[in-house]
Order: sequence, then C-alpha cells, then structure tokens
Amino acid sequence: MAGDPLWSIFVNACLINNFVLAYFLGICPFLGVSAKLETATRMGGAVTFVMLVSSMCAFGINALLLTIDAPYLKLISFIAVIASTVQLVEMFIKKVSPALFRALGIFLPLITTNCAILGLALFQTNKGYGFLQCVVYALGAGVGFTLALILMAGLREKLELAAVPDVVKGTALTLMLAGLLSIAFMGFAGLGG
Amino acid sequence: MPAFDSTRDKRTTDEFVKGLWKENPVFVQVLGMCPVLAVSNTARNALAMGLATLFVLVMSNIVISSLRRFIPKQVRIATYILVIATFVTITEYVIQAISLDLHKALGAFISLIVVNCLILGRAEAFASKNTVGRSILDGLGMGVGFTFALLCLGAVREIFGSGTLFGVELFHDRFQDWVMMILPAGGFFTLAGWLLVFNWFKERKARARSLREEAA
Amino acid sequence: MSQLPLVAQAPRPSTWHMYRAMVGIGILCGLLIVVVFELTRPVIERNKAEALQRAIFQVLPDARSSQTFRLDGDDRFELLQGKTDGGPMVYAGYDEQQRLIGIAVEAQGMGYQDVIRVLYGYSFEKDAIIGIRVLESKETPGLGTKIETDPDFLKNFERLDVSLTDDLSRIANPIGFVKPGKKEQPWQVDGITGATISSTAIANILSASTSYWIPRIRQSLDDFRKAG
Repeated sequence: MAGDPLWSIFVNACLINNFVLAYFLGICPFLGVSAKLETATRMGGAVTFVMLVSSMCAFGINALLLTIDAPYLKLISFIAVIASTVQLVEMFIKKVSPALFRALGIFLPLITTNCAILGLALFQTNKGYGFLQCVVYALGAGVGFTLALILMAGLREKLELAAVPDVVKGTALTLMLAGLLSIAFMGFAGLGG
Repeated sequence: MPAFDSTRDKRTTDEFVKGLWKENPVFVQVLGMCPVLAVSNTARNALAMGLATLFVLVMSNIVISSLRRFIPKQVRIATYILVIATFVTITEYVIQAISLDLHKALGAFISLIVVNCLILGRAEAFASKNTVGRSILDGLGMGVGFTFALLCLGAVREIFGSGTLFGVELFHDRFQDWVMMILPAGGFFTLAGWLLVFNWFKERKARARSLREEAA
Repeated sequence: MSQLPLVAQAPRPSTWHMYRAMVGIGILCGLLIVVVFELTRPVIERNKAEALQRAIFQVLPDARSSQTFRLDGDDRFELLQGKTDGGPMVYAGYDEQQRLIGIAVEAQGMGYQDVIRVLYGYSFEKDAIIGIRVLESKETPGLGTKIETDPDFLKNFERLDVSLTDDLSRIANPIGFVKPGKKEQPWQVDGITGATISSTAIANILSASTSYWIPRIRQSLDDFRKAG
C-alpha cells in the first residue's frame, strides 16, 4: 500500500489493473477517440499529461484538507483542479498545434469528464500514496490508458477493411474488442508479485 | 403554471418517456459508460448505482433550472459541476449511512457519478433552458432509463456469473458459474450484446417503415 | 473599432454577476454538504463500530463484549475509551463472565488483484489463531474469493499455531504456506487449488502480522485480563 515499491505501482497501474480494461475508467474517450491511430496516440498523451498534473495537485489538496479537517470538500476540489488543468492543456495545444486541436475536437474539453482522471485522484488518496508514488501511479495509469487506446485504434483501423454486419458496427463491435483485450490483459495478473 | 390542454400534456409526458427508450442514455446516447460497466456485476449494485445517479440528476436539474437566470454563460459549466459535485458528495454520505456494505461494493464509483457525462449533458442541454417542472421530468426520465439499462446489464451478469438474482439463488448446484461475466470483460460483452439487440430492433423497425412507405 | 450596425453586440455580463453566481452557489453548496455531513456522521460511525464488533465476535467465538487497545511507544497496550482515533490497535474479546477469550488483530497485504484486509483472532490458552475473517478483498470472484468460503481452507484457522519461543521474543515456527493436502504441522496453511496466490497471500499476511503482534500481545496479557 503506502509501502509499495515504485516499479510495482507502475506495472500495476499500466498492465495488471489497467484503468480502462480493468477498472472501466475512461470509457467515453476510449469508445470515441479510438478510431484512428494518430488521434488515439495524441489523446493518450494529453490524458497522461493531465493525469500527472492532477495527481500532484490532488496529493497537495488532500494534505491540505486533512489539516483543516474538511474531508467532504475533497470531491469538489479535485474536480476543480482537473477542470483547470484541462483548460490549461487546451490553451497549450491550441497554441502549439492548431491541427491537433481541431482533430481532437470536442474530446479535449471532455477530458474533464474522463472518469479515469478523477478515478486516479480518488484511488491514490484511498491508497495513501506518498508524493513520488502518486507521480509514478499517474504515469502508469496514463501509459496504460494510452496503451489500451492504441491497441483499440490499431484493431479498429484493421477492421475497417473487413466485412462486418451492420448490426454490430460501431459501439457494439468496439465493446466486444474491449472485452477481448480485457481478457488478454488479465494474463498480467500476478506480475507485481 | 398555465392550464394543460391535451397537446401540452402529451409533450410533457414525452419529456419523461424519451429518457426511457428513444433517447435512452446508455443504449442510444452511449453516455455515462464508466459506472455502467463497473458496478453492474450484480443487480443490487446496478440498482443502487442507478438510483444514486437518478437522485443526483434530478436534484441538480432542479437547482440548475431554478437558478438558470442567475448563472452567466461564461461560468455555467463550472457552476454545473459545482452543483453536481455537491449532490454527489451528499449521496456518498447518505449511502454510507444507509449501508456500509453497499458503499464498499460501489466504492469510488459513487464519487465518479460527478463525471458522468449524462448529468452534465442534461444540465447543459435541458435544465439550463427549461422550467423546473420539465427539468424534473427530464431528469426522472433519463435517470429511470439509465437505471433500467444498468439493471439489464446487472441482471444478465449476475444470473450468468453467480447464478443468483438480487442474491436469490436461481439454479442451485446444477449451474456452473460463468465467472467471466462478473469480470470486466463480461461487462464489455454484455453491453455489446444488449446494444446488438437494441440495434437489431431499430433496424427491423426502420426496414418495416421503409417497406410501408414504398407500398404507399 | 468600427461599428457593425447589423450585428447586435450581446451585453457582456458584469464580473459582479459572475462572482455573485459562483460565490453564491458555492456557499449554498458548501452549506448543504456540511449539513448532510454532520447529520450522517453519527450514523456512519455507529455502523462502523457495529460492523467491527460483528467481525470481532466472529473471529473470537463466544465473545460477548470487546475493548479496544492501542499500542503506545513503550510497546505497552493502553485501554481506549470512547472514540478511537487511529494508531496501531487491537481488540480484546470477553465472554459473558468477563473472561478474556482472546485478541483480534487487523492485518493487510497484497493479494492477487488488490489489497486484502483480514481480522484474525488469537487465543492465549491455545497459543494459536482461532478465527479469521476477510474484511476487504477484490480477489477473482469464484476463484480467489474461495479464501472466504472454502471449508477446507477455513479449517486451517481453527487452531493455527503461533506459539512463541521460550524467551517469548518471537514466534517459534512462522506461519508457512504449503500446497493443498500437504499440511503436516499446526503452523502451516493448506492452500486452495486454483487460488494459489490468494491463499498464499493470506498465509503471508498472517505470518508478517503475527510475528510483529503476538510477542507484544503476550507481554501484556495481564493488561488485557484486567479490562474484562
């Protein structure tokens, strides 16, 4: 728990308890942005960055709330931090790469409602991780999320060329793929020792 | 409130009914997926989650709708999230007070209701532009539709995964539990299955309608 | 800037309006939360205390009442009255005649999927663990969850030996995991086929916890008896 070695935290967050495939967090962007490999990679990157920043802020906020004994403000403050971080990232991307900004479209502000980021903040608080552990946890979660996204995008791009019945096309197909990926990732269990 | 004539009545109940089928948040709009998949491994958890979401949805719709004239456009999303987060926090404490077991089963997903795109979506699309009365109906409709979808998933997963429904043994010892249904993968497959059923129905109706139009 | 007569400029809301909305709603929400928090706090604490009590009575059979003790800096146990605020704690169980039955200790460690939390009961007379209850686990349903239901596995904990060395400083034979069916010594835990990692985890958790707690608990036997 609080004494977990860093590599174990990373592997756990990335593979064994992958945020998308094991915890069901971040499904909306997972289903929505995983059609093209390139958008998927960039979305993954953006999410990882937001996770890192939010994780560090969440750690600080939690410490603060504990000192003033107001645990009930946790949720509101976490979501406020996440919303602000996403706003910052949005402005950053808009300036640095307008093409990417257009490609990500509505999904960029939707990162705020990405359960994965809030979930990350909540989980790390529950586990009582120290600062460095939080950072590694966030990195692992972000990389895991990106990994799941890339895998899904790759599969879906290939399936564009296959003859898929109409009833299945779209979300249903993506969900079935996700299920298979989830089973595959179960093979990582026990890796942390 | 203006007197209801029959045409207005139909529109009013429409606000409620649309959330159940035509604009069902899970099967049609594909919103709020995260909790749908995560806490639907038993019917009881699914029901609890659905009701919690319903509560938050209706309450935040009420508050946002009543205050809609006071909230400037620039800060509206932030205010909506503030209101929603408040009710989610309240829900979490109430659930803890009612049943520690339930709270442990639902875990962090109660808090995650706050990022359920469904609630924010309804606040933005409806509550901010409609009266309190209609917002309540809209919230109720969407919430019930959401709970219904959750129950579909939860029931299937629990029946196949543990052989029980709401904790009641169905098959006794003759049934070999299909453990995968309780695992995350089972959640994905079950939802895919329901979507398939839903799509199939939609397609049949569309085909029947186009056949009728051709014949006319 | 030249005027655009055909385009009506929407009036910008004053910053006062924005502040009023955010702060006003913020205060309203804050009040709501605090009210609900204060209202539910006593109920939640009562629930937690009852749940703990039930668990203690399960791992210490025949217990009818319990007391909470906290380990202080000198490795001695002090009796806690009323609110318990964290820190290393153990629970003593007493029967109807106020006789000491044993001590319940909480322990946790990494299982297959996630952390497992258990409560186990230690009996002075039997020098052994006499009961165990899984408080929290996220093990694989149907496989890992067998640690809670499998009767052969649970038999391990009816009398799991944790006797101390003669100088009472440590456990003579640390709890160890063995493959299913290979149990020969009273301090070994028979595993579950198909749930090796989960059952090993339980053995490891108990081993680590007992080697820390049992020597210390043993020292304070009189303190525990007196509180009955």
